[in-house]
Amino acid sequence: MAKLPAPQDLLASRPPFQGEHWLDIKPDFVPGGFCYPAKKETMELLHMPNPHEWDPAADDWGLPENWEQTICDAFAERLEKHRSLKLFMDICVRCGACADKCHFFLGTNDPKNMPVLRAELLRSLYRRDHTMLGKLLGKTIGARGWDKNVVKELFCYAYQCTECRRCSLFCPYGIDTAEITMIVRELLHEVGLGTHWIMDPVKNCSFTGNHLGIQPHSFVEIVEMLADDCETVTGIRPKTPFNQKNAEILFITPSGDVFADPGIYTFMGYLMLFHELDLDYTFSTYASEGGNFGSFTSFNMAKKLNAKMYAEAERLNAKWILGGECGHMWRVINQYMDTYNGPAPANMILPVSPITGTTFTNASSTKMVHIAEFTADLIHHNKLNFDPGRNDHIITTFHDSCNPARGLGLLDEPRYVLNAVCNNFVEMPENTIREQTFCCGAGSGLNTEEIMELRMRAGMPRGNALRYVQQKFGVNHMACVCAIDRATLPPLANYWAPGVTVSGLHELVANALVMKGEQKRTMDLRQEDLPGVEEDESAAQEGEGE
Amino acid sequence: MFLSLLLVLLIGAVAWAGSAVGFASLFGVALPYLALAVFIVGMVCRMAYWAKSPVPFCIPTTGGQEQSLDFIKQAKFDCPNTRIGVFVRMFLEIFLFRSLFRNTQADLVGNNGTGTVYYSSKWLWCFALVFHYCFLLVFLRHFRFFTEPVPFWTTCLETLDGVMQIGAPRFFMTGGILLAALLFLLGRRVFNEQLRYISLVNDYFPLWLLVGIVCTGVCLRYFDKAEIAMVKIFIMGITHFSPVSPDGITPLFFAHVTLVSALLLYFPFSKLAHMGGIFFSPTRNMANNSRRVRHINPWNPPKQYFTYAEYEDTYRDVMAEVGLPLEKEPDRAAE
Repeated sequence: MAKLPAPQDLLASRPPFQGEHWLDIKPDFVPGGFCYPAKKETMELLHMPNPHEWDPAADDWGLPENWEQTICDAFAERLEKHRSLKLFMDICVRCGACADKCHFFLGTNDPKNMPVLRAELLRSLYRRDHTMLGKLLGKTIGARGWDKNVVKELFCYAYQCTECRRCSLFCPYGIDTAEITMIVRELLHEVGLGTHWIMDPVKNCSFTGNHLGIQPHSFVEIVEMLADDCETVTGIRPKTPFNQKNAEILFITPSGDVFADPGIYTFMGYLMLFHELDLDYTFSTYASEGGNFGSFTSFNMAKKLNAKMYAEAERLNAKWILGGECGHMWRVINQYMDTYNGPAPANMILPVSPITGTTFTNASSTKMVHIAEFTADLIHHNKLNFDPGRNDHIITTFHDSCNPARGLGLLDEPRYVLNAVCNNFVEMPENTIREQTFCCGAGSGLNTEEIMELRMRAGMPRGNALRYVQQKFGVNHMACVCAIDRATLPPLANYWAPGVTVSGLHELVANALVMKGEQKRTMDLRQEDLPGVEEDESAAQEGEGE
Repeated sequence: MFLSLLLVLLIGAVAWAGSAVGFASLFGVALPYLALAVFIVGMVCRMAYWAKSPVPFCIPTTGGQEQSLDFIKQAKFDCPNTRIGVFVRMFLEIFLFRSLFRNTQADLVGNNGTGTVYYSSKWLWCFALVFHYCFLLVFLRHFRFFTEPVPFWTTCLETLDGVMQIGAPRFFMTGGILLAALLFLLGRRVFNEQLRYISLVNDYFPLWLLVGIVCTGVCLRYFDKAEIAMVKIFIMGITHFSPVSPDGITPLFFAHVTLVSALLLYFPFSKLAHMGGIFFSPTRNMANNSRRVRHINPWNPPKQYFTYAEYEDTYRDVMAEVGLPLEKEPDRAAE
């Protein structure tokens, strides 16, 4: 990875708007500016169209001979399938309200990263082929035809959008760039263009159940190790049920939390919480991925990967599914899953918390509950004992992940939990949180190393908001409810607000959780010493000595 | 920008000159009929075109807290889960421009320029709202030309509109404000770098067209005063489908009518169709209840996925090794 410029240099190096009209500016592919292309064998294995080796920096991208016809037909087909697309192509008035709402635009100052112009890349093509005035007047009114540079441009900017939907919140017509980006990515896949960092996890999720392609036995072993770590910290080894039939609850969380620091601590948090509740639940090695990289590829791929959840709930005869902390996973579950693969299998019932008896009526059809809803309900009914003082060494803020914020509306549940387990919780500025939250800069399959500088640019608004509360309130921690955030925010914090650590919500829950029969906690889940504990002990000993 | 200004001037000039040399019926009768027909048919077709495509997924943009647990307060209108909530959300969107009201402006601050602030920026919201409402009021005020007897509410509107009692004929505030709002909207396109970059002829043309309409309208009332009685007789003729002779009416009137006709003709084929489109927007007009009610996709493709049976066949031995429960034990799998 190339060395990153200092934050102020990064911002100072944002180029001014060029005089040239955007239609005349060709995309530029320099290393560091694009994600690596998907491998041929991956695409073959997934039966994607036109699998081939190619290089974004090269002139020739190896498009199939009839590429133009293929894309045009695919575009026309999608117009017939999605009212949103037709509408969003037609009704934008270019009022510009979306322009400075996009983190990619704020960080790069590239005009084509203004959501309006990102959509205009496709709209200009729509005008030529699907509107009367565009056919008649052409370029005068911003219509253009396809050529290979247009394909490159679409690739360039469809992978500089994290489908975070912030623009759609501010748009007076609700035009959703995520919808457009998703469809542009579908069009690009029609001619064999995809990125490695998305398609490799898709392949792995598809055939092994999780995005790193860890096989079932290794998966089990890793989770056992995490359970051992829980024992080290608490003296209690939580149970780790796998593929158990007839458990009440099937628990599905992003597999990233099983493998990657700091997600593993969130995972340990789940293990401890469920053990403390003596919850009748099971993991599944088959449906071990909550995240859905298919949703960064195409609607059908998302459906295909998501299908495993209900299939496994049916096979295991689970009553309902509890879902872990994840961003895009929850967009898929809330807005797509039931449509894709529902109705839920007949063995599933309306989710009821076995601890509190609360009925989750808001999930009566999908039968899938968010862990923050589940835990908030437990806390509200006083079912958990906490010692929030164990989190006193942190002053935390909370990062709303885009998808739970703008595709689900999960805002106050995690805050409710956070307030119960931490004594020091500070919000970031109001235009950067809740439904107005800024993306981590690397969602929707962009959290790959090769574009680190681009990620840091896109993460600028989040990074600045974080540094603001770091400087003003001494914030040294950021909690989030998204596995991708847990992967992307640590480098972002390290760059924009060094000294701030990142964790999932349930890591903090487990840190504060007083378990029945646990040993005195001297360290947190990361096995770092809890400040204050040793002094307490020595003070106690001195007291005894007197 | 100049291209569209020229185009509007040309339209106005042609109509003005044309009606001066005896083609007034063309611009005053035939064109409005045609324009209105195109507008209505065009808008209906456009909306039918949108409606023909299904809404495969339930994709509201949630603008606040979802409905979940009893003790968590839902943002009922920004994140509605009921029809009434959606109705209110759409009402706020259409009548008060709710989303635009959120608008902020990002700016870099700090000694090394690495801080960002987001100022609340309500100018666009304000002027957009003012423009749309004044346009509506001006439109409604014109009913005194289309109806006989003049409805009471039109007279009320006129009284209110002229409440400042400036000049004779009395100055209508809406006309002036409308023009100011249009100039603001035009000004941002010219002076704001980002907007200038994204603006197309398609953006300037309707603005200039509206400026043209307002200016000719204002002139007809205050300067090159139209013969109101004759104009009314002429318009009533049109509305009753028995056009009368346009003789004696100032050519400027026909320029005004022609510009309005141009707007109607242009409307369904342009971004102005957002008037109908806003009602169709799936990120606004759907309830966030997709975990409670299953949304149906009419083209939902068949399920195709790597099944558990295939998975177990692939990994049976290693699964057995760590004691994972299996559907078929390794020794029986071959059977």
